[in-house]
Amino acid sequence: MKIYDMPDLEGHFGPYGGTFVSETLIAAIDELKAQYLHYRDDPKFQAEFAYELKHYVGRPSPIYHARRLSGFLKGAQIYLKREDLNHTGAHKINNTVGQAMLARRMGKQRIIAETGAGQHGVASATVAARYGMECVVYMGSEDIKRQAQNVYRMKLLGARVVPVESGSKTLKDALNEAMRDWVTNVQNTFYIIGTVAGPHPYPMMVRDFNSVVGRECLAQMLEMAGQQPDVVLACVGGGSNAMGIFHSYIPDESVRLVGVEAGGEGIATGHHAASLSAGSPGVLHGNRTYLLQDSNGQIIETHSISAGLDYPGVGPEHAWLKDTHRAEYVAINDDEALHAFHTLCRMEGIIPALESSHALAQAMKMAPAMDKDKILLVNLSGRGDKDMATVAEYSGITF
Amino acid sequence: MSRIPATFERLTRTGRKALIPFFSVGDPSLPLCVPIMHAMVAGGADIIELGIPFSDPMADGPTIQRSSGRALKNGVTLRDVLKSAAQFRHEDGTTPVVLMGYANPIEQMGRERFASQCAEAGVDGVLVVDYPPDEARDLGKLLGARGVDSIFLLSPTSTESRIKEIAALATGYIYYVSLRGVTGASHIDPQDVAHHIARIKAVSKVPVGVGFGIRDGTTARQLAEVADAIVIGSRIVEEIEASPINDVPANVGALINRFRQAMDA
Repeated sequence: MKIYDMPDLEGHFGPYGGTFVSETLIAAIDELKAQYLHYRDDPKFQAEFAYELKHYVGRPSPIYHARRLSGFLKGAQIYLKREDLNHTGAHKINNTVGQAMLARRMGKQRIIAETGAGQHGVASATVAARYGMECVVYMGSEDIKRQAQNVYRMKLLGARVVPVESGSKTLKDALNEAMRDWVTNVQNTFYIIGTVAGPHPYPMMVRDFNSVVGRECLAQMLEMAGQQPDVVLACVGGGSNAMGIFHSYIPDESVRLVGVEAGGEGIATGHHAASLSAGSPGVLHGNRTYLLQDSNGQIIETHSISAGLDYPGVGPEHAWLKDTHRAEYVAINDDEALHAFHTLCRMEGIIPALESSHALAQAMKMAPAMDKDKILLVNLSGRGDKDMATVAEYSGITF
Repeated sequence: MSRIPATFERLTRTGRKALIPFFSVGDPSLPLCVPIMHAMVAGGADIIELGIPFSDPMADGPTIQRSSGRALKNGVTLRDVLKSAAQFRHEDGTTPVVLMGYANPIEQMGRERFASQCAEAGVDGVLVVDYPPDEARDLGKLLGARGVDSIFLLSPTSTESRIKEIAALATGYIYYVSLRGVTGASHIDPQDVAHHIARIKAVSKVPVGVGFGIRDGTTARQLAEVADAIVIGSRIVEEIEASPINDVPANVGALINRFRQAMDA
C-alpha cells in the first residue's frame, strides 16, 4: 500500500487544482480553508458529522449483490453501493451535511448552491431547512426545464431557485452565478459547492465528506464477499461520487478504478461531456483541470442525457488520477446509459439515476469478458425518480 | 519600462487623475475596436483597458457578460485582441494599453508566448482576474522581463498582509475593487473607498486606481480625490449597447469627455 496524501497545502494535485479566483474571493477562501482544516481534526465535529450521517442521512448505505443482472451477463459479479437509498436519493447529501455544519460554526446564516440535475440543490435545500438557514439555489434555465420535479422539491423545502439565463444555461453557468453571489454577499453567505471542483479547499473538502462511501465499502465488501472488488466504477461529471468511492481504494493498487464520463451522442459527434476522455488542461471555476474548450480557450457547450454529468470540467483530483494512470476514464453514450437504466429497472427492481446508469453501463460492458469470481463494484450514486420525464421523453411517451 | 509610470508622472505634474476606460475587444465589432480607442483618447482617457472576451466571466456582472458574449459571437480571440492593441500602438505611441481578462485563453496560448506577444504588440500592462499572484509568479516574471506591468486587484476584503504582499509584486498600478460584488453593481460607498485606498497607498509604491460601479461624473470626481485613477467599464458598455453601431466611437468619446470634465472640474 502506498501512502496517498494529495493535495498539497495549496490544494495542488500535481499541476491541477489550486486557487484560481479573483482577489475579491481570496479572503473568503482563506477563511474557509482555515476553518475546514481546524474542524477536520476536531473530534466533536467529526462525531456530530457521524451522528448526522447515521440518523439523518441513513448511513451506512448497503451494498447489494445484483445476482440476476450478474447471472444474465454471464461474467463478473456486479455489486451496487446503494447511495440511492440515502435521504434525498443520492450521495450529494453527505457533502451538504458536512458543509452546512461548517457554515453554522462559521456563523453564516445564508447558504447558496449551484445545481445541474437538481440533486445537489435538493440536498442543499434539505440541510438548510434542517438547520433553519436561508437557501438560494442557482440552476441553469435549461436544467430547470429538464428537472421540473426537483425544482419543486427545492421550493417545498423552502429554498429560492434562481434561473440562470447566461451562457449555455446549464451547470457551469449556475456555478458562475453562484460565485458572483458569493463575491457580493461574502460576509453572511456560505457557498456549498456540490462537486469536487472549484478553488481549494473545495475539491479536498467535498471529497473528504463523500469519502465515507469508500470507507464503508472497504468493510462491507470484506463482510459480504470476503474480498475487495477487482474494479470500482463510478460516473464522473464533476466527480464527487467517484472521488467518494475511489478515495479509500487509491492506496490499494490491486483495485482498478474506472471513472465513466458522459459520452452523449458519441465522442466523435462533439456532443458529449467527457472532459477527461476528450478535453485538455485549462483553468475554469477556480482550478486547473481537464476542460472541454476550443483552441482559443473558450469553454464549449456540453451535452448529456443526464443533467448531473453535463459539465465541461472535472474535479482536479480526477485529472491527476488520469495522468498518473491510477484511474482509467471511459465514456458511455446516452443510448448505452438508457439501456442500462432499463435493464436495472427490469432485472433488479431498482430505478437508477441516469448519471449512475453510465457507471452501470460500463460495468455491464466489462462483466461478460470477466470470470464469474471477479467483482465489479458500482457506485449507484442516485435514484432515478427525478429522471422519469427525461426517460419518458426519450421513449416517446407523454404523460 | 512600460508607458504607465510616465503617464502617471505627467498627470501628477498637472494635478490631474488618470481616467481609465474599459471595453471588450470585438464589442460591438472587431473593426470598431481601434476607432473606439482613439475616440477614448480624444475624449480624455489616459490609459485604455482592453477586455479579452471569455465564455465564463465569473467576476463580471450582466453588462460585461453581455459584452463578452457579443465579442465571442463576433469570433474574437486573444490573437485579435493582441492585433488590435498592435494596430492602436502603431498609430498612438504614448497612451498605455492594459489587457484585462481571465486565465484560460492565456493558458491555451501559453504564458511565455502571451508575454512575448504583449511586448511585441506594445501592451503596457496585464490584469488577469483569476490569476492570483501565488498561481502565476512565472507570468509576472515573463512580463516584467519584457517591460510589461503586472496589474493586480485588491478588494474591500483584502487583509493587511495581503495588501502588503500584492503591493510588493504590483507594477504599473493597483486596481482597487470598490465594492463587494461584480462589475457594474451600484452600491458604492465613497467614504469606505477612501478608507481602503488610504490603507493601500500607505504601503504601495505604485499608483492606486479604483473601479467597479462608478457610473457618473459625481462619483468619479469624489473618488478621484482619494485615488490616482478612475476605471469606468460597465457604464461604457451600456453606451455601446445604446448606440447605433456607426455612432459608437463618437458616443463613447463623448461619454469619456463628460467623465473627464467632471474629474477635472
